Amino acid sequence: MRRRRVSQILLGLFAGLVFLFLLLPLAVVFPISLSSASYLQFPPPGFSWQWYQRYLDDPSWIDATIRSVKVASLCTVLAMGLGVPLTFFLVRSRLPGVRVLDRLAAAPIIVPTIILSIALYGVFARLQLIGEWYGVAVAHTVLALPFVVILVSAGLRGFDEAQEQAAAGLGASWPAIIWRVTLPQLRPSLVSAAFLSFISSFDELVLAMFLSGASMTLPKKMFDNIMMEIDPTIAAVSVLQILLVAVALGLTSLFGRGALTTTITR
Amino acid sequence: MSSPGDSRRTTARRRETALFLLAVPALLLLGIIFAWPVLRLLAMSVEDGTLANFEKATLDELYLYVLFDSVKIAAMVMAICLLVAYPVAFWLSRAGRWGVALGMFALLLPFWTSVLVRTYAWLVLLGRNGVVNRWLRDAGLIDAPLPLLHNTSGVLIGMVHVLLPYMVFPIYASLLRIDPDLSRAAEGLGAPAWRSFLRVTFPLSLPGVSAGCALVFVLSLGFFITPALLGGGRVIMVSMLIEQQVREFLDWPFAAALSTVLLVATLAIYALIGRITRGARHA
Amino acid sequence: MELSVKGIVRRFGPVTALGGVDLDVAEGEFLTILGPSGSGKTTLLKTVAGFEIPDEGRVLLGGEDVTLAPPRRRDVGMVFQNYALFPHMSVAQNVAFPLEMRRRPRDEVKRRVIEALRLVELEGYGDRLPRQLSGGQQQRVALARAVVFGPRLLLLDEPFGALDRKLRESLQLEVRRLQRQLRLTTLFITHDQEEALIMSDRIAVMDKGRIEQVGAPGDLYAHPATRFVADFLGESNLLDGSASAGHAAIPGFGAVPLPAGQPDGGVTLLLRPEALRIAADAAAMPCRGQGKVLETVFLGQSAKLRMALDGGGEVLARLPLRPSDPPPAREGETVAVGFAPEDLHVVPRG
Repeated sequence: MRRRRVSQILLGLFAGLVFLFLLLPLAVVFPISLSSASYLQFPPPGFSWQWYQRYLDDPSWIDATIRSVKVASLCTVLAMGLGVPLTFFLVRSRLPGVRVLDRLAAAPIIVPTIILSIALYGVFARLQLIGEWYGVAVAHTVLALPFVVILVSAGLRGFDEAQEQAAAGLGASWPAIIWRVTLPQLRPSLVSAAFLSFISSFDELVLAMFLSGASMTLPKKMFDNIMMEIDPTIAAVSVLQILLVAVALGLTSLFGRGALTTTITR
Repeated sequence: MSSPGDSRRTTARRRETALFLLAVPALLLLGIIFAWPVLRLLAMSVEDGTLANFEKATLDELYLYVLFDSVKIAAMVMAICLLVAYPVAFWLSRAGRWGVALGMFALLLPFWTSVLVRTYAWLVLLGRNGVVNRWLRDAGLIDAPLPLLHNTSGVLIGMVHVLLPYMVFPIYASLLRIDPDLSRAAEGLGAPAWRSFLRVTFPLSLPGVSAGCALVFVLSLGFFITPALLGGGRVIMVSMLIEQQVREFLDWPFAAALSTVLLVATLAIYALIGRITRGARHA
Repeated sequence: MELSVKGIVRRFGPVTALGGVDLDVAEGEFLTILGPSGSGKTTLLKTVAGFEIPDEGRVLLGGEDVTLAPPRRRDVGMVFQNYALFPHMSVAQNVAFPLEMRRRPRDEVKRRVIEALRLVELEGYGDRLPRQLSGGQQQRVALARAVVFGPRLLLLDEPFGALDRKLRESLQLEVRRLQRQLRLTTLFITHDQEEALIMSDRIAVMDKGRIEQVGAPGDLYAHPATRFVADFLGESNLLDGSASAGHAAIPGFGAVPLPAGQPDGGVTLLLRPEALRIAADAAAMPCRGQGKVLETVFLGQSAKLRMALDGGGEVLARLPLRPSDPPPAREGETVAVGFAPEDLHVVPRG
């Protein structure tokens, strides 16, 4: 019995260290973003809001942020608008070819993003879509679709189809059944899928590097900043991003009722 | 009016048609923005009618080296992730409510945070004058700063940090699916805890291990940002090579050949890992 | 006829789930479809509800052909096996759902929801969520939801399966009371023969995708038309013998008289266990034999004996017991056994 307790403590200690390893990089940007030094220095010599000020005052940062929000919003709308109906088909159709299409919908996760990026670069260049924000959003939709399909199909598989039969028997038409009975019960999965689509687009860099051209998204702007100067402005931006994710995560666990974790743990 | 048999079949088939119509927009998008451009790119590799680009990609020592190096790094990332993730997943599967909440927070927050933010943080942490080296020096553990950045170890740390959740979640999921009565039964039948783990729990968690390994390997093989930023030019992965061919040399056919090799390797390894772990499960 | 099912055939690939089913249910009648699992009773119910389209045959509701009509056009109330209450809606919202789908005015909806909840004795539960109710209460909500819109037909798909025995019995009676009060034509599905006997006006026994026999409970019990019905409904001794000149030779009992008009040849006779008497009680019986008691089971108000007959074969006897009675026989004992010929029923061979 005693040996067992010791091994449990060791296991807990190990897990704690791993969690520390995971959170450490996020924690470290907070002090840096509030540093009074004019270059990267740790620990910071003093406190200042200057890097946040610089971010807010620099139109190129603000432009990139606004562009990224636009891209991520359109991507979310597209991924949900296309992905949710697709999921109904993939989960419910009895067509023999449906498994092949299931693979196709998951493929964007497996195919390295760099390959998709240069493939789309060629196509977009010809269509003169490079630098158009909606072009990037459409490309991001391809990457977000698998997440939507995975999350929503988990919800849909757990849904009792007798409910739809019951509703049909009680006089509801198909649109009414989907709208009043099915979708409300899928809400946790839908909320999680939407947040994940938004964040995945908001964070995406590789496609944006090739497709956004001169009109940079926020990750592209950050990448250039890291490559060139590494001043703590980027720490301030990083803190804002982490806070955004934390808020989104909180909201999702509030409205998503654990759909995210239950899906990830599927 | 058509014969009754016809109208019956129509009614039965209407559902399938409606379902398929739902999928059409998404399938069109996947076809036009994904499948077709990728296939077109792959076809470019043999545009000149010869296999010269593939010969260059697979026989030239430099490119062969990069390819092997990429596979090596991906394999190392996978192995480290597995060794680290399994105990964490096991702990999570036995943890109470607050333990799970803490664990999920620690796994999901980085998981959702931009890879760039995290990579930037590692630059701060691992540099010659970075946080880690300073702590170690202040603690008197080292005299000269450890080379943690711009080399393989930097890339490994960064990649493991990004990919660890992809390994933890599937293993955690498969551990949760195991009926806790099974290990209790094994112990009730006289097996010590470690044997009941080896004979019952671990074999039953192999589907999760398999899924995690396949996912982590495939994702790391195509990794781009983390090695580009943390490798400092000294660690080259295939994806960086592909980018270079397009960006600097405008050699599309060769980039296409490299892409084909990367894709085929990815799919092959994905299938292979699935087969190995499936075989192990039956053993 | 309120509901007429004519020649329904439904195949799933190589499996024939329904092989030509005909059934009529009169207005206000409570008809039970009784059969083992896999007999096709659920497929038949789904066909009536409109969730399955039959390959052949027709479904008529009040004389109107609804074979191809979608479920929502049929005005059929259904209670599902696991109730299928909408978990995200309150009890009142669940019950209001069919009325809203029919676009009834708001105050009518309100009034009828309250009426329906009163009918199932759940007044004041309207604001609860289904998961806050017990199994029996959920079942009653499902019932209220199925009858609130005045359906032409009520379908009950093994609605008592998930409940414990006591609750099941009280709900069975409640459903029957409600059905009579509303004069609802009802099609009820179960695999539980006891439940079928308690509740039904008529029972249709199904096996292998066909209806074996339809009739009133007592009639089915006393005069089963097939060996399957005889065996499935209640306990039975099925004795095979050969008939000649109005008598049948049955191993263990010798020649027993048969009803008039029975042709010569092989014959199967049904003898219910409660028709048998043993020991001293057997002496008064016209048909007698002797057998060894293999097993006795005490059941409270009766005892069950399994016996090996001297002439070969086994029979089951069920003997009524009063509290002061001693055990009727010991295991291993050899006793006389007998019955009256009028308790024999000839099972048609088909």
